[in-house]
Amino acid sequence: MRPPRALFVGAAALSLTLTACTTDLPDDEAGESPSPDEQDWFDQEEYEEQLAQRDIEPEGDPDEPWLQAIDPEYVDTSEFALEGADAEEPTVCFSNASVSNPWRVTGWITMQQQVEALQEEGEIGEFRVSDAADDDNQQISDIQAFVDSGDCAAIIISPSTTATLTPAVEEACESGAPVIVFDRGVETDCMVTFIHPIGGYAYGADAAEFLVDELEPGSRVLALRILPGVDVLEHRWAAAQRIFDDSELELIGHEFTEGDGAQIKDIVTQELQSGEVDGIWMDAGDGAVAGLEAFEDQGRPYPVIAGEDELSFLREWQENDITAIAPVYSNFQWRTPVLAATQILNGEEVPEEWVLPQEPIREDELDEYLDLNSDMPSLHYAKFGGEDLPGFPEAWQDR
Amino acid sequence: MTRAPQHPTRRPGAGRIARSAVTRLLGGGSTTVFALLIVIFVGIFTMNPAFAQPPSMLAFAKQAAPLVVLAVGQYFVIVSGELDLSVGSLVGAQVVIAAALIDGAESRTVPVLLLMVAFGVLVGLVNGLVTTVLRVPSIITTLGTMLVLYGAIRLWTGGAPTGALSEAFRRAGRGGIEGVPVVGQLPWAVLIAAAIAAAAVALMRAPYGRVLMATGDNDTAATYSGARVWRVRTTAFVLSSLLATVAGILIGGFAGVTAQVGEGLEFMAITAVVLGGVVLGGGHGAVIAAVGGALAMEALFTLFIQFDLPATIQPTVQGLIIIAAVAYAARRRSTHPS
Repeated sequence: MRPPRALFVGAAALSLTLTACTTDLPDDEAGESPSPDEQDWFDQEEYEEQLAQRDIEPEGDPDEPWLQAIDPEYVDTSEFALEGADAEEPTVCFSNASVSNPWRVTGWITMQQQVEALQEEGEIGEFRVSDAADDDNQQISDIQAFVDSGDCAAIIISPSTTATLTPAVEEACESGAPVIVFDRGVETDCMVTFIHPIGGYAYGADAAEFLVDELEPGSRVLALRILPGVDVLEHRWAAAQRIFDDSELELIGHEFTEGDGAQIKDIVTQELQSGEVDGIWMDAGDGAVAGLEAFEDQGRPYPVIAGEDELSFLREWQENDITAIAPVYSNFQWRTPVLAATQILNGEEVPEEWVLPQEPIREDELDEYLDLNSDMPSLHYAKFGGEDLPGFPEAWQDR
Repeated sequence: MTRAPQHPTRRPGAGRIARSAVTRLLGGGSTTVFALLIVIFVGIFTMNPAFAQPPSMLAFAKQAAPLVVLAVGQYFVIVSGELDLSVGSLVGAQVVIAAALIDGAESRTVPVLLLMVAFGVLVGLVNGLVTTVLRVPSIITTLGTMLVLYGAIRLWTGGAPTGALSEAFRRAGRGGIEGVPVVGQLPWAVLIAAAIAAAAVALMRAPYGRVLMATGDNDTAATYSGARVWRVRTTAFVLSSLLATVAGILIGGFAGVTAQVGEGLEFMAITAVVLGGVVLGGGHGAVIAAVGGALAMEALFTLFIQFDLPATIQPTVQGLIIIAAVAYAARRRSTHPS
C-alpha cells in the first residue's frame, strides 16, 4: 500500500518541477534576445516613429495640450456638418470600455466635465453613455444599440480590445454617423479620427532611458509589469527591452504583478533579499508606492524608479527626494474626443490620426505639478488637464 | 465517529517505529505538509543562502501572515463540510471600504475597524444562514456572495478604489516591535497570525471543535447526537468572514489600497487548506496542517521568484496542487476506509 503513495507524491513533485523547467527556458532567453512571441509585439517602424515624435513640436496652443496634435494630416468633415434643427443640441454617444482603473476613472470625470461645458454652450445635447466593464461582447452590443437607436449624431468609442472590437467599429462607421476612436486602437481606418497620445513605445523608452542615464553601468534593474498580452503594455516593455539590451544595465528579472500592491511589495521584498536592486522599471505606475515601501521597510536606499503621474507616486517621490521620472500616458486625452465630436458636427477639419503630446514629468516640474494638484486624491493623475473645466476641483475630489 | 484531529492517519496496530514514521511523512497529515515545507525551504536556501537569516525569514513570515489567517478561516468551513469562496472578494471589499471611509484621517481608524468587523460578521451570518437554513449549497451561496461583493464594490466606487488608509490602520500589516535582538523588527502581522493559529488549535480541541469536526464527518449522526448543525456551521462561516476581515486589515496595512486587492485569495486559501491534507467534504484534518499548507504555498511562490519564473505560472501550479492533493487524499481514504 505504501509505494503508490510515495509514487504519487513523487509524480506531483515531478510535474511541478517539469512545469518549472519548461517555463524557465523562454524566460531566460527573453532577457538576451526577444523570443518570437515578443517580437510580435514589436514593430520597428512604429517604434522609431514614436521615439521621433517625442521631439516634434506639436501644433496648437501649448496651454491646451488636449487640442494639440503632432504632425497632423487634416481631413475634411463637411459631409458630417449638421444644419438647421439637427445642429441644435445634437446627441453624442460614448461607448466606454470600462472605468476599472484609477487612470480611466480620472479621465472619465474629465470627459464628463468637458461635456458639461459643451452642453452649456449648446454644442452637445444629450450625452448617452454605456460602460462595457471590460467585456468585449458587452461593448459590441453597446455599439450596436447605439447604431440601432439611430439617435447618435456622433459615436465615440474607447475600445476594450483591438481586434475583437474592429467589426463593431466598422458597423458604427457604416451607420453614417461620424465615429471617433480614442486610447486603444482598432484595425480599421473607417473612423473620422483616431485620438491617442504618442504611445506605448515612447512611454517605455522614456522610463528605460532615464534608468540608463541615471544608473552606473552594471546596476541591477527589476522590471515590474502588470500582465502580458495587452498591446499598450507590451509596447512599453518591448521598447524598454531594446534600450536595456543596448545598455550596460543588468536586468535581474521581469515579474507580472497584476497591478496588485501586495504582490508588488512581496516581489520587491524578495528580490531585495536575494541581492541589490538599483533601479525599478514599471509598465504602469499603479502600486509604485508599494514597491518603494519595500525598500523603506527593509531599511534600504531608494532605487532609481520610473513610475507614472499618479499623485501617490509623485508625493512619495517629493517627500523622500527619490531619483525618479513619471512617464505619462496623457490622461487629458479624455477631453479630446468630445471636442472632436463638436468640431466634426460643425464641419471643421480634424486630424485623421490625432497624436496628442505625451511628455513625462521630470524632477524640475515635480513641485509645479504637485502644487497644481495639492487638493487632489492620491489616485488622481497629474496631467488630467481639467483645471479650466466646470466643477473643478470638486468633481475630481469626490469620486 | 469523532476522531482526534491530530492523528488522522495513524491506524491502530501500525507497529514498527520506522514504518510509523513513513506513514506520518507520506500520510497526508500535518507531518507531510511540514516535511514538504522543509523541502521547499532547503530549495530556497540552496538558491539563496541569504534567505536563511532571521530578518529574511521574518519578512517571509510577514508576507505569509494574511494567507495563514485566511487558511485558518477556510479550515473551519471546510472541516465542517462546506466551502467559502467569498473570502477573496471580502478582503478586497474590506480594504476598499476602509480606504474610502478613513480617507487618510487617523481619527477614523478605530470606528472604521469596528465597522469592518461588524461587516465581516454580517457577511459570515448571511453565508451561514443561507447555507444552513435555506439549504443552498455553500459553493453556490458563497459564489453568490463573492459576486455580490465584487459587483457592489465596483458599483460603489465606480470601478477603482478611492481614498487612503491611515498610518495607524497600516501599522498592523506593516509595522512591528522594533529593536528586537537578532531579528531586528518583529512584525505585528506575524504575532497576530501566530496568535490566531494558536487560538484555532485550542478551539479545535474545545467542545465546539469536536462538534464541528463531527458535523463535517456526518451531519446526520451529529444531529442525532444532539448537535445543532445549523448553528455550528453558521459559526464556522462567521469565523471565516471574521478572519478574512483580519486578513484584509493585514493586507491593506502591508501594501496599501489597490483595485486588485484580494483577487484570487479564496483559491489560495482553499489550496493551502487542501495542501495541508484537510479533506474537502469535511470531518478530517488538523488546523495546524492548514497553517502549514499556507506557509508551504507562500514558500513555493518564493522559490519561483528565486528561479525567476513569471508570476503567471502561479494559477497553473495552484491548480495542479489542488488536484494532486485532493486525489491523493481520496486515494488514501478509499484504500483505508476508516
